[in-house]
Amino acid sequence: MSALRILVPIKRVLDYAIKPRIAASGKAIDLTGQKMSLNPFDELSIEASVRLREEHKTRIEDILAFSAGPQKSQDALRTAMAMGADRGLLVDTATTELEPLAVAKILKRVVEKEKSNLVILGKQSIDDDAGQTGQMLAGLLGWGQATQAADIKLEGDTVTVVKEVDGGTETVKGKLPMVVTTDLRLNEPRYASLPNIMKAKKKKLEQIPLKDYGEGLEGRLEVLQLVEPPPRQGGGKVADVSGMISKLKELGAL
Amino acid sequence: MISARGWVHFSITWHLRPRLPSASPFLCSASPCSHDSRIPTPVIQPSAAPSSPLHISTLTLDLHPPFLHPQQPHKMSTLRHVLRPVPRLRPTTVAAARLTPSISARRNYTEFTPSPIFALTETEELLKESVARFANDAILPKVREMDEAEQMDKGIVSQLFEQGLMGVEIPEKYGGSEMNFGACIVAIEELARVDPSVSVLVDVHNTLVNTVFKTYGSEALKSKYLPRLATESVGSFCLSEPASGSDAFALKTRATKSQSGGSYTISGQKMWITNAAEADIFIVFANLAPERGYKGISAFVLEKGMPGFSIAKKEKKLGIRASSTCMLTFDDVEVPAENLIGKEGEGYKYAISILNEGRIGIAAQMTGLALGAFETAIKYVWNERRQFGQLVGDFQGMQFQIAQARTEIEAARALLYNAVRTKETGGVRAGEGFVREAAMAKLYASQVAGKVSGLAIEWQGGMGFVREGLSEKFWRDSKIGAIYEGTSNIQLQTIAKLLQQEYKK
Repeated sequence: MSALRILVPIKRVLDYAIKPRIAASGKAIDLTGQKMSLNPFDELSIEASVRLREEHKTRIEDILAFSAGPQKSQDALRTAMAMGADRGLLVDTATTELEPLAVAKILKRVVEKEKSNLVILGKQSIDDDAGQTGQMLAGLLGWGQATQAADIKLEGDTVTVVKEVDGGTETVKGKLPMVVTTDLRLNEPRYASLPNIMKAKKKKLEQIPLKDYGEGLEGRLEVLQLVEPPPRQGGGKVADVSGMISKLKELGAL
Repeated sequence: MISARGWVHFSITWHLRPRLPSASPFLCSASPCSHDSRIPTPVIQPSAAPSSPLHISTLTLDLHPPFLHPQQPHKMSTLRHVLRPVPRLRPTTVAAARLTPSISARRNYTEFTPSPIFALTETEELLKESVARFANDAILPKVREMDEAEQMDKGIVSQLFEQGLMGVEIPEKYGGSEMNFGACIVAIEELARVDPSVSVLVDVHNTLVNTVFKTYGSEALKSKYLPRLATESVGSFCLSEPASGSDAFALKTRATKSQSGGSYTISGQKMWITNAAEADIFIVFANLAPERGYKGISAFVLEKGMPGFSIAKKEKKLGIRASSTCMLTFDDVEVPAENLIGKEGEGYKYAISILNEGRIGIAAQMTGLALGAFETAIKYVWNERRQFGQLVGDFQGMQFQIAQARTEIEAARALLYNAVRTKETGGVRAGEGFVREAAMAKLYASQVAGKVSGLAIEWQGGMGFVREGLSEKFWRDSKIGAIYEGTSNIQLQTIAKLLQQEYKK
C-alpha cells in the first residue's frame, strides 16, 4: 500500500458571480479590474484531497497545489493552502495563455518530478469550459482516469469513483496511479478558517518560470471571434398537447 | 539616530507580528514589537478631581508639555512612527508613489510608501473573502429567523469558533490566530454586511473581552481563559448599570475584599450587557473603594454559574434583536482573588483604553451594515424593479441619491481604516494614540449607517418596508450605533476636547 502524493492543479479564473463582458478586441473576455477567484471545481479537488487526508491520515504524504498562470495566481494558491494543501507551486506564465494540452504537458513533468501518484483536477475551468486537461494528462501519462467524480473511495491501492454521466452514474475502479476530475456533487468545500489561513502563511510557495518547462507548449488554436449568445426569445404558452404539436409543426421542428 | 537639529527619528519596519502587551496600560496606541523603549508614552489622566465622579466626557489627554523624556529633557522626541503594515499594493498606481521630505518641512518624516487607505494585507484579503462566503452561506439563511425569534443560533456561534473568528488576536500559544487588529476589523465588517447581530457578538468578544485578558490579565488568567475564549466560550463585558451608562464610573456595583484576602465579594447589578445569554466568561467592573471615587474601580473575571450571579431580564429591542442584551444581578458573588484583572483600583484605566478599541469595532459594524443595506437595495433597483418602462435605479434622482450614499459610506470607511491603521502603527501625530480617530470613525459610521439604511428602504419602496428582505432590519439595527460603546454625544464631546487641547494656547 503506497503513500499518496496528491497533485491538485488549480486555476485562477473570473469569479463565478461576475457576468463576463467581451473585450473590445472581440476575441477575449475583458478581465481588467474584475474579481478573480479559485475555479470552483478546483475547490472541490482541494476539498477532496483534504478529506482523503482526514480519512487516511498519514498515508497521504503530500498535497501539492499547482497552478500555471500569471503572478497573481499566487492568491489562488494561497487559498488552496489555506484550505489544506501542504505546498504551492506556481509556473509563471506571465502573459502567455496556455491551452489545455500545454498545461497537461507541464503537469506531466510536474508529476514526474514530484512523484505524484494521484492527480485530482476540476472537471473543467469556468472560463474556457474546455474539460480537457485531466483527460489529456491521463493520456500523456498512460494512467487510468475517472472523470466527473461524485464520490471517491480509496482502499489500499484501489480507487473507486462514482462518475456523473448523462444517464445517471457510473462506478469505476482503478489502481493507483490515477487521474480523477471532480464534479459538483463530490463535496462542499470548506471555508478557509482563520487558523488555517495563518498556517498557510508558513507553507512554501515555489515559483518556476515557464521556460524551464521548455518545448511543445505553443498554442495550436486561434480564437477568431467571441460573441455573446443571442438574447433569449420569449416563449409561448400552449393549451394542451395537440396545441404543442401544431406549434412545433408551425416552427418546422416536426 | 539623532540628527544635527536634535530631532530623534527612526525608521522601524513593521511586520505582521503579535502585538506585545504595551508596557503602560495607559497607552492607547499599539506599540509595534520593535520600538525604542526610551521613548516616553503619553499619560492619559482623567481631568476630573479625585473626589468627583469621573465623567468620561471630560477625559483629556494630559501630555506633559513639551513632550520630554525624563532623563533627556532637551531632546524633542516627536515620535514619528512611520510604520504602515506593508499592504499588498494594488498593482496600478500606488507602488511608485514616494513621500518626499519636502512635503512636510517642519518634521523629518522617514520615507515610506503610502498606499490607499483601504489596502489590505494578503492575509486580511484572504480572511475577508473567507468570512464573506461564510456569512453568505451559513449566516444569511438564518438572519431573518434569528431576528424574529430574538435568539442567536447556537450552530452559528460554534461555527464562528470553528472559523477562528473568536480568537483573531489571541496569541497562537493560547489557541488563537495571532492576527492583527485589522484582520479582526475586516471580519467584523464582513459579518455586519450580512447580520449586524452576529457581528456585534464577534466584536464585543474580540475587541473588548479578549483584549482585556491579553493586555491586562496575569499569565495565570491568560492561560486559563484565553484558550477557552478562542475555542468555545463566548465573553461578555459588563460595565454599564441601571444608573450609569455614559457616566460609567459612577457605577455602584460593590466589590469587597475578604478578611483573608483570598477572595472578593461582588454585589450589584449590570444592565445593557451584550452577549450575556451566550457567554460563559464575564468581565465585571466593580468598585472596591467607593470612597476613592472611580479610583476604586476594579475588573474581575466571573463565570456563568458562580453562586449569586444570575442573568436576569433579556431586553426586547428595536434592533440587533438576535444579540442578547441582559440585566445581570450579583448577589454576594464570591470571586477568587486570582480573578482580579490587573491591579485593584485600575479598572477605570482598562475600561477607557479598551473602549477606544471597541469603538473602532462598532464603527466597522456600522460601515458593514451600511454596505449591506446599500447593496441589497441597489441590486433591486438596478436589476429588478421597473416602473414607467425603466429600471427605477435609472432615474437621475435615484442615481444621485445612490452616488451620494456610497460616497458617504466610503468616507466612513476611510475614517474607520484610518483609525485601524493608526492604532496598529502608533499614529501619525506624536504618539497621541488613536482616540480622536476612533471617536470620529464611530460617530460618522453610525450616522451614515442610519442614513443609508433608511434611504435603502425608500429606494425599494414597499419591498423595503416588509419584514421579508433584510432592509427594514438593517435600518432598525443601525439605531444602536449611535448609542452603545459611547453615545454620539459623548463622541462629539471627546473629539471637541481633543481638538481644544490642540488649538488652545
